[in-house]
This record gives sequence, structure tokens and C-alpha cells, in this order.
Amino acid sequence: MSGILNSSIGRKFAMALSALFLMVFLLQHFAINILSVFSENAFNEASHFMGTFWAVQFILQPILIIGIIFHFTMGIVLEIKNRKARQISYAKNNGAANSSWMSRNMIWTGLIIEGFLVVHMANIWWHEMMVKYINPQPVDATRYYEELVEHFQSPVIVGIYVVAFIFLALHLLHGFSSAFQSIGANNKYTRALKGFGKVYAIGIPAGFVFIALYHHFAH
Amino acid sequence: MNLTLKIWRQKNANAQGKMVDYQISNVSPDMSFLEMLDVLNTELIEKGEEPVSFDHDCREGICGSCSLYINGEAHGPDRLITTCQLHMRKFKDGDTIYIEPWRAKAFPVIKDLIVDRSAFDRIQHAGGFISVNTSGNTQDANAIPIEKANADAAFDAATCIGCGACVASCKNSSAMLFVSAKVSQFALLPQGQIEATDRVMNMVNQMDAEGFGNCTNTGACEVECPKGISLENIARMNREYLKASFKG
Repeated sequence: MSGILNSSIGRKFAMALSALFLMVFLLQHFAINILSVFSENAFNEASHFMGTFWAVQFILQPILIIGIIFHFTMGIVLEIKNRKARQISYAKNNGAANSSWMSRNMIWTGLIIEGFLVVHMANIWWHEMMVKYINPQPVDATRYYEELVEHFQSPVIVGIYVVAFIFLALHLLHGFSSAFQSIGANNKYTRALKGFGKVYAIGIPAGFVFIALYHHFAH
Repeated sequence: MNLTLKIWRQKNANAQGKMVDYQISNVSPDMSFLEMLDVLNTELIEKGEEPVSFDHDCREGICGSCSLYINGEAHGPDRLITTCQLHMRKFKDGDTIYIEPWRAKAFPVIKDLIVDRSAFDRIQHAGGFISVNTSGNTQDANAIPIEKANADAAFDAATCIGCGACVASCKNSSAMLFVSAKVSQFALLPQGQIEATDRVMNMVNQMDAEGFGNCTNTGACEVECPKGISLENIARMNREYLKASFKG
């Protein structure tokens, strides 16, 4: 077991586990955000619970941040190691003949998503930290919906959102099935899993984009 | 057919190499790619120039010797073949063809288009075998009943000829398809179980030590493999490795 992260398969496994964790988180994030389209109250209740329940705040949130940083850092470490494994490039390389654009450009789609996360954390997460811990304000369980609507009034924010989620979809189109392959799950269910992965990879980002556009145009 | 060939020329392992242009005419579409190179080399020798060095042996797709990265693909623009099985009918009159050696830190160029693939041998030596003393007590091959599906999958894995196209095609120069085929062919059979833990650990450790990259599941290796070795083998190797790691 010792030194598993020093092996190529160990790193692959860790990368896949962090990816699976982030995909579960993304689904949960979407489930709460989509409530805002149907019910202001339901969205406020869910957001207030997530924002105040101690286990979410002090256990799940740090795990999530560690997960994001780990996935990002390991992605860069793997990219550097992989580039070192081929010191002279081909004069002519036809990558499109044998692999998808998404699979060959995970580092770039990943870096764009990471850039979006920095903006997103600065806008949303840092605001939450300010309101709750740094400059504590009186607890208002109904502020979340108004803040969300206000957030999506900016065309720049909505534009960044749309672009980021297109890249997230491209990242997930390879990443979803790749994570299962890395943990050794390649069997009779793989075809169905790949199909579900495509639905997830396009459906969830499209849903986030829909929420942003809905609030931008509906108010 | 008249063709322009852009070929990697490199005097020896330490020399700087470069792409050199050659014109070749009257190429028959029925020639194999290696026969076309033979014709080129004959012309070069007649002109007093150094012929192009390239690996080849059986010329019937089973030895794994021939390599060549042709127009951006391992073994050229066809599927389930080695370079010796590639025919010139796959190209058109007037085409420019890039011919390069496998590119990977673990496969250094020895000369021109020949690379040193002994890294694969060292991985095999690390565990690609079963320790059975067959001298004088050879068992009948069918003495141990094996489920048909496992026997077939083991056989498929065993068809890997170790040519290195997987490494050459992979954007990360990963050798996982090769190593996983060798791990799988034993992992699927009862004879391979006794040394399963040591085998996968030792082979993967050797693969990493040789400087191959990490697999990112692009699937390029499976597409370019002349024997159609499946990515399922990589998933199996991942399982075997994780199982072995947790066993300690």
C-alpha cells in the first residue's frame, strides 16, 4: 500500500476517485440550483441548510476544497510527467485518427474550468465567508434567492458561466467514462455507463447554463 | 505513383537527427510499405548514399519488429496491421508521406527509424512469466479446465506482439496497453494466480522506472494496436495492481 501515489496506476486511481467525488458534488450542486427555477422558498431552505449545517460547513466543505485542489494539482503533475515521457515530438501527428479531441485536451479544458472556479469562489464562496465568519451579518434565511438573481443580472457573469460550462461538458465527455476505466471498471455495463456519462456530461452543464439564462432573462 | 518521402535521419543514438526529403517514382500500389522502402534504399545505395535503417523481420505481421510512424499514425493509415502489412494502395500519386521513428523517452533512437525497445524486454523479465519447471514433467495443456470466456480473453491478450505501437500512439507515451496485455494473459488463467501479486507490482514498477508516461484513457493505443488489444486489459491491470497494493 505504501507509496501508491508514486506509481502510475496509483496516481490514475487517485485522479479518478477525486473526479468521481467532484462529479457527485456537481450533481448535488445542480440539484439545489435547479430548485431556484421552481421555488424561491425551496431554494432558500436548501441553501440555508447547506450554508449553516455544521457537517456541511466544517467537514464536507473542507473535503471538497481539498478534492478540487488535489484533482487540479495531480492533473498538472501528470501532464508534466507525461510531457517528459516524449522529449521529441512527431513532425506529423494525426491524433484525431485514433482519439477524441476531449481526451487529448483534458489539461486545457481543466485549466479553463479551474480559472472559472477562481472567479466563482471569489464571487460566491468568499461572499459567504464574509457574511458568515469574517464580518458576521444577522442570519437571514431568505437572502439566497435574491443574491442568486442579482448575481445572474450581469451579462459578463452569465457569459463566463456559459463558456465555463461548455468546457466542463467537454471535460466530462471524456472524464466520466475515463474515471471508471481508471478504477478498473470495464465490463458488460461499460457501454451503458458511457451512454449515461454522455447524458451527464451534456445534461448537467446544460442545466447550469439554463439556470443562469433563466434568471438573467426572467427578472 | 510518384511520392515525396519525409524521413527521419539520425546517424546514431547521440547524433542530432532531422527530417530529410526523398523523391521516389514508379511505386506500385501493390507493394508493401517496406518494399517501397527497400526500393528507396536500393536507389540510395546505387547513388552512393547511406540507406535508411529500419526494423523488420518476418514481414507477415507476427514478429512485432517493424515500427514506423507514418503520416502521424503508428503503422500508418490502416487498422489492425503492422507496417509490413501496409500497402502502397493506401496512398495516392503525389502524396507526401512522413516517416518517423516511435517517439518516447523510453524508446531512444538507435539509428534513423530504429528505436531501442529493450524497455519492453526488461518489463517482461520483471514478471511476464510463470515459474514452472517444465523439464521432464510437462502437463497436458487441457489438464486444468478453464472457463471458455477466460481462455479466450487470455488468448486475445497473448496475441500482443510487443511492437510498441501503443507507446508510439499514446500522447503520454504510456506502455499500459502492452503491460496490461502481459499481465492479463496470466491473470486470467489459474497458472498465473500464484505469482499474480508480485507480477503486477514488479511489471508496473519496471514500466514506471523505464520512463513511460501515465495512461489518460484516450484509447489511441487500442485503435492503433495491430492485434486489437482491448482497453479492458488496462482496466484489469488497474484492478490487479490495486488488489496487490492493498495486499501489501
